[in-house]
Amino acid sequence: MSAVQLVVRNALWGKKKVDVLVARGRIAALAPAVRKTRVDGAEEFDAGGLALLPSLTDCHTHLREPGFEYKEDIASGLDAALHGGFSNVMCMANTSPVNDNATVTELMLEKARSAHPGGPRLYPVGALSRGLKAEELAPLAELAQAGCVAFSNDGLPVPSAEFFRRAMEYAWDQGRRVIDHCEEPSMNPGAGMNEGPVSGRQGMTAQPDVAEAAQVARDILLADYLKIPVHLAHISCRRSVELIAWAKERGAPVTAETCPHYLLLTEERAANYDTAAKVNPPLRTGEDVEALLAALNSGVIDILVTDHAPHAAHEKEVEFDRAPCGISGLDTALSLTWDLVEKKRLSREAFLRAWTTGPCGIFGLPVNRFQVGDPADFLLFDPAARWEVTPESLRSKGKNTPFLGSRLRGRVAAHFLGGKKKV
Amino acid sequence: MQWRHKDLLDVSQLSLDEARFVLDTARYFQEINSRPVKKVPTLKGRSVVLFFAEPSTRTKTSFDVAGKRLSADTFALAKSGSSLSKGESLKDTALTLQAMNPDAIVIRHSSSGAAQFLAERLECSVINAGDGRHAHPTQALLDAFTLAQRWGDLKGRTVLILGDIAHSRVARSNVLLLNLLGARVRLCGPRTLLPPGVEDWEAEVFSDLPKAVRGADAVMCLRLQLERMQAGLLPDLREYARTYGLGERHMALAASEALVLHPGPINRGVEIASALADSGRSVILDQVAAGVAVRMALLFLYLTRKPAE
Repeated sequence: MSAVQLVVRNALWGKKKVDVLVARGRIAALAPAVRKTRVDGAEEFDAGGLALLPSLTDCHTHLREPGFEYKEDIASGLDAALHGGFSNVMCMANTSPVNDNATVTELMLEKARSAHPGGPRLYPVGALSRGLKAEELAPLAELAQAGCVAFSNDGLPVPSAEFFRRAMEYAWDQGRRVIDHCEEPSMNPGAGMNEGPVSGRQGMTAQPDVAEAAQVARDILLADYLKIPVHLAHISCRRSVELIAWAKERGAPVTAETCPHYLLLTEERAANYDTAAKVNPPLRTGEDVEALLAALNSGVIDILVTDHAPHAAHEKEVEFDRAPCGISGLDTALSLTWDLVEKKRLSREAFLRAWTTGPCGIFGLPVNRFQVGDPADFLLFDPAARWEVTPESLRSKGKNTPFLGSRLRGRVAAHFLGGKKKV
Repeated sequence: MQWRHKDLLDVSQLSLDEARFVLDTARYFQEINSRPVKKVPTLKGRSVVLFFAEPSTRTKTSFDVAGKRLSADTFALAKSGSSLSKGESLKDTALTLQAMNPDAIVIRHSSSGAAQFLAERLECSVINAGDGRHAHPTQALLDAFTLAQRWGDLKGRTVLILGDIAHSRVARSNVLLLNLLGARVRLCGPRTLLPPGVEDWEAEVFSDLPKAVRGADAVMCLRLQLERMQAGLLPDLREYARTYGLGERHMALAASEALVLHPGPINRGVEIASALADSGRSVILDQVAAGVAVRMALLFLYLTRKPAE
């Protein structure tokens, strides 16, 4: 035991009191806290009975660098991730220039390493097509070698089924899967408002949920036909859930994600032209919320992501139809979704799968299951702590969240990465 | 009645008593408009900005005339030639206008919710002169005023709103106000021009014009925008005119004294037969006159309001 560098005592793992032993940045043991093992030379940290959680993984963020550093940069985004409980962060390619070549990927990785040498770790998602134009494939092999862990045209859905099929095939040759932002591009793309009674009453340009489900269906059929996995981004509605359930029953290699805001808010939140609630895909109905929660609990939806999409205040303080879509999510995701566990809307198992083993399994990222040898990335979480979402309390530059002004429950009290206390 | 509202964003803000009070006040100003000297000093020294970020002739002129007849100073700001066309944000334009300390801003804007956007940020009254597809409360009030002039009371009357309901702020505000005043509302248009969720509106919905018009006491035609064809919502003008263009043959199915309204500008021979627009049933020009009276009433009420303590 002489290699043990850190002992975190008296943490709550589920209902059990435990000690966490860390050696060489990795988990050495998760031991019942009943007998106090003396470990010579190790740093001791008293968790004071706080909840122990593995660090979270977020497979869908927009960190805006290079090009839009006024919205967010890699340093600020990873800072929000660190304090929000994330050790692994994947970032989308819609930067300027687009991440469609190794130079951009390497720049992103270098920025992450220099700002946060001890983590959180950044995993770029490469552009699927050059310039995200859905015309020519991006150099996927080059991007994969440079460090891209997946490919996506996120935000700019691919209209051509043929192009998308070839992209899936070529990406899988690199051992990478495609993440698809499912949105039929002819049906009011990016409207940021759900089509239904609310949009009808308020006279808002809106998108029906079938615009998402139609592309989900296409992708499922392609995955089933090609036997190549596809990952479906930010699923927002019951129709898509039903299709994914069907796909999984068939054994089609499909995985899917949803975001905290789709589990907590409905279209009514945007009814008053509140641009903080303008997001793509849009907030849907109560029925969709229930379907998504059930799907997350059952595993039909595999994982949670933030779709962290920071924007500057002046960009959101405009007419609803002119505002950019997106919600800043890294700071609030853990509190919001842990609260669903507390309220028994989401099982603890589903929560842990959706934020840790699920995403790491899909994208091949390091994960802490508290087994010997796992990376010692974990949180001490205070589920009783209350905090108010204010521009000041958010670490992200993006203050664009519909939860601004809310009092949330649960906060990261300490965050260890590789056994080193970072928060 | 002491007026307390700061802004007029939609008729949904008004109680039945308040809506009636606006119409009663408008009746008083309508009388002034028939005098040889039409100007009264009521709002002397007060200023009203007409901020029209979307093309409009009649509504803007109507507010301009209304303000001037009350001796208010009116200032027009159009989108072309304004800094909005130079990329200034709505917020900055609004704050700039506010700094000139007007008593009210009348706004017309292509975005739904734009009037509310201003109202949340400005201390002066904001009068919505049409925001996107959302609301056009002054139009609904002048339509109700026009009908009330002929009928006295709207209670129990049946009003058919015909055409492009989905994209119409006039239709949305009229459905709310007509119901408030006790009228029965019918809506008619092709499915492609009906809004999502219309089945839950306080209105009977038709896609067949002869059925919709049967027994109606008034038909309100809506302007058809040419963009609807480009968007694939309709085949062409000719087919629309054949199916949904209001003609004498339809009015023969309506109540005997049924009236025809149109918010203008008219596409003759498209949404309404040219002869019908000029016929004795048509109250289209009465609507224009009513517009001035109603807007005088609104400017008067909002500029002399007493905010709640």
